Parts: sequence; C-alpha cells; structure tokens
Amino acid sequence: MADTAVQFELVSPEQLLLSEDVEMVVVPGGEGDFGVLPGHSPMISTVRPGVIHVFASGAVSSRIFVAGGFAEVTGSRCTVLAEEALVVDDIDRAEVETDLQNAVEDLGGTDDPGEQKAAETRATTARAKLAAIDAPVYQ
Amino acid sequence: MPSLKDLRVRITSVKSTQRITSAMKMVAAAKLRRAQEQAEASRPYAERMERMLGSVAASVSDVSSAPPLLAGTGKDDVHLLVIMTTDRGLCGGFNTNIGRWTRQQVRRLVDDGKQVKLLIVGRKGLGLLRAEFGSMIIDTIEDTAKPAPKFETAAAIASRVATMFDDGEFDVCTIVYNRFESALSQIVTPLQLIPFSQGAAEDGDHDDEAAESDGPNVAYDYEPDENEILTELLPRNLSVQVFRAMLESFASEQGARMAAMDNATRNAGDLIDQLTINYNRTRQAFITKELIEIISGAEAL
Repeated sequence: MADTAVQFELVSPEQLLLSEDVEMVVVPGGEGDFGVLPGHSPMISTVRPGVIHVFASGAVSSRIFVAGGFAEVTGSRCTVLAEEALVVDDIDRAEVETDLQNAVEDLGGTDDPGEQKAAETRATTARAKLAAIDAPVYQ
Repeated sequence: MPSLKDLRVRITSVKSTQRITSAMKMVAAAKLRRAQEQAEASRPYAERMERMLGSVAASVSDVSSAPPLLAGTGKDDVHLLVIMTTDRGLCGGFNTNIGRWTRQQVRRLVDDGKQVKLLIVGRKGLGLLRAEFGSMIIDTIEDTAKPAPKFETAAAIASRVATMFDDGEFDVCTIVYNRFESALSQIVTPLQLIPFSQGAAEDGDHDDEAAESDGPNVAYDYEPDENEILTELLPRNLSVQVFRAMLESFASEQGARMAAMDNATRNAGDLIDQLTINYNRTRQAFITKELIEIISGAEAL
C-alpha cells in the first residue's frame, strides 16, 4: 500500500474532514502548487488559498477549496491543516461575489491596519474562490 | 409548629425547584454529549499542529533568531494568566476550583516579585476575582460559548494575546482551564502558551502512532524557510491551543453542571420526603386532637 498510495488527510480546527488513501494530491503551496506522489521527500509548506486536487485512477476525483493553512508531507502521508475547506462544486458564486464586494468596501472604508489586513485576507480568499469555480478541471 | 398550609406551600415550592434542577441536569447532559464530541473532533488538528510545530521548532538551530513567540522575550517579569471560567453559575465547584488555583498562583508570583496581569474569559470569573485582584484584571471576555465554542472566538482571543505580546505587555502567558477528565471530575490545568514549550503542549492524551512510525528526526524540507513557517505557524498554534482550552472547559462545565444538578435534584427529593412526613404527622396530630375534643365533650355530658 505504501508504495502505491498516499494517505491523504484534510483537517480543519473543528474536525477531521477527510482521511483516505489516494493516488496523488496536488496542493496549492505558498510558493507554487506541488503534487504529492508516494515516496515524496518529507517537507512542510504553507498553503495559499486555492484548490486541492485529489487524483484517483488517473483523473481528478475531487476538488476541495482551502483558504490557506499548512501541509506536511512524508513518504507515505500528506496532511493538510486547513483554515476553511469547501468542496468546489458546493461554492455558491453569488455569495462569494457579495463577500468580495463587502471585503473591498471594508478595505476602502477603514484606516485601521488590523482591519485592513483582515479585509484584504477576505478579499483574497473570495477571489481565490471565484478562480476555483472558473478554473478548468485537470484532465 | 408550622401550620398544614405552610407545609403544603413549602412542599409545592421544593417540588418546582426540583423540576427545574432536574430539567437543567437533562439539558447539561445533552450539551455534554455534544461538547464531548466536538472536543474529540477537534483533537486531530491540534495533534497534527503540535507534531508539525515540534519538528519545525526542533530544526531551528539558532533559537535567538527564532520568532519571539517561540523563544520568548528572554525575561519572565510580567505574567499574563488567561483564566477560563463560565458565563453562568450553578455548576458546582467549577469556578471555585479555578478561582482557588488562580489565587494561589497569583500570590506565589507576586511573592516572587513578578508582575501579574489577568485576562478573564467568562462572567463568573470576574465576580470571583474582582474583589482581590481587581487592579490586575485587564479585561473580561464574555459569551464565548453561545451555544458552543467557535474557532473564530478562540482566534480572536489568541490574536489579542499575540498583539499584547508584540506590544511588550507581558513576557510569559499561561492559560488556565478545567480539563475534562470525566463527567464527574475536572482538573484545573495550566498550559503555557508563550513562549511555546513543547512539553506543555502535550497533555498526554494524544495517540501518536503516526508520529512514531516516521521516527522523531525526519529531515523535512521547508517551503518557504523555517522561520517564515514558524512566524505563521506559531500564532496559528496559539489559536488552536486556546480553542482546545475552550472546548475542554466547555465540556467540563457541562459535566460539572450535570453533577451539581443531579445532587440538587436528589437533595430536593430528600427534603420533600422529610416535609411530607412532617405534613402527615401534623395532619394526624390535628385529627387526634379533634377526636380527643369530641370524646371528652361526649364524656362530659
């Protein structure tokens, strides 16, 4: 099992969302996407808002949006600690667009650096969600 | 000697109190189950976070260049204690226990010449500690668990603590909460948050078979470098630890309330029995008295 599959785990602060053996996962790392196949060299990376692609038998089996977090990879395991995770097909476009609009408005309407940073994060996350909806599926 | 009517009124009032306490017990039991599930569900994240942080922290060769959240300020003059209490009462010795621990700890720290600041979570803690340590309390945070602890709340508390730390308002931060042992017992547990200490974060109850199987010293690649990951991971870990404390405390609160209300219901039952006996005796005494009056009246004729 160890040389044909990666044990992929997706965890949010509230619960363990996913734990399964997969062929490959592609994680949106802080410095670019990286794919994890069995036997990957151990690494720890930050995760930027984006889509995790889970591969089974040569094709994408599920696409999960994460709003940042951390990933830990070892030879047989890939653990992603996500701040927020959503299946891409479940994202409601209208809701995200309202979010984005609100975030942009908040960004313009405050001088407080803390609030500004929070609004910026929300805007980035919303944009990444929209990009996730529009992105074509890997073949 | 109370009249029959007085006794009847008392019995009714104790009965309605009993109904309330037994309802509260039921509610607490239902909430306890949910709280316990939530606490268990959040465990994997905290464990994996710890594992990751542990391995990153271990690979930092030069501690002095590490972010201050890990290395500390190099002093321990000012202590911040975050005290997790409840918003509502009627939960037995829950708040009293944590209050007692805090009082002892604060006295010890003050005796050692340290400065102490208190951040209190929960309305009850404020009432408990205001009289003695009013000047040390910097703020109270209320309504953290309505209806259940949320990660956002924990993150807000954590970022507040982190900001205070960045502003140099304290050197060491410890969170104190009631750890959920079982529905009947809670243990006051201090956990040092800043600077990060690995030993303190492991409270023994996590299964680390997965961690063991890789061996403790896997050489990880870091992307970006260790320090950057640490600067992101440490504040995150802070929120996770606060969240964990909140969940534990919430589950403990429900357990404590359930036990306290169970006791109260039983006591009310005992009291009702006692009052009923009194009531029956009194009634019997009245009847006997009336009979005697009738008989002695008849005899006099």
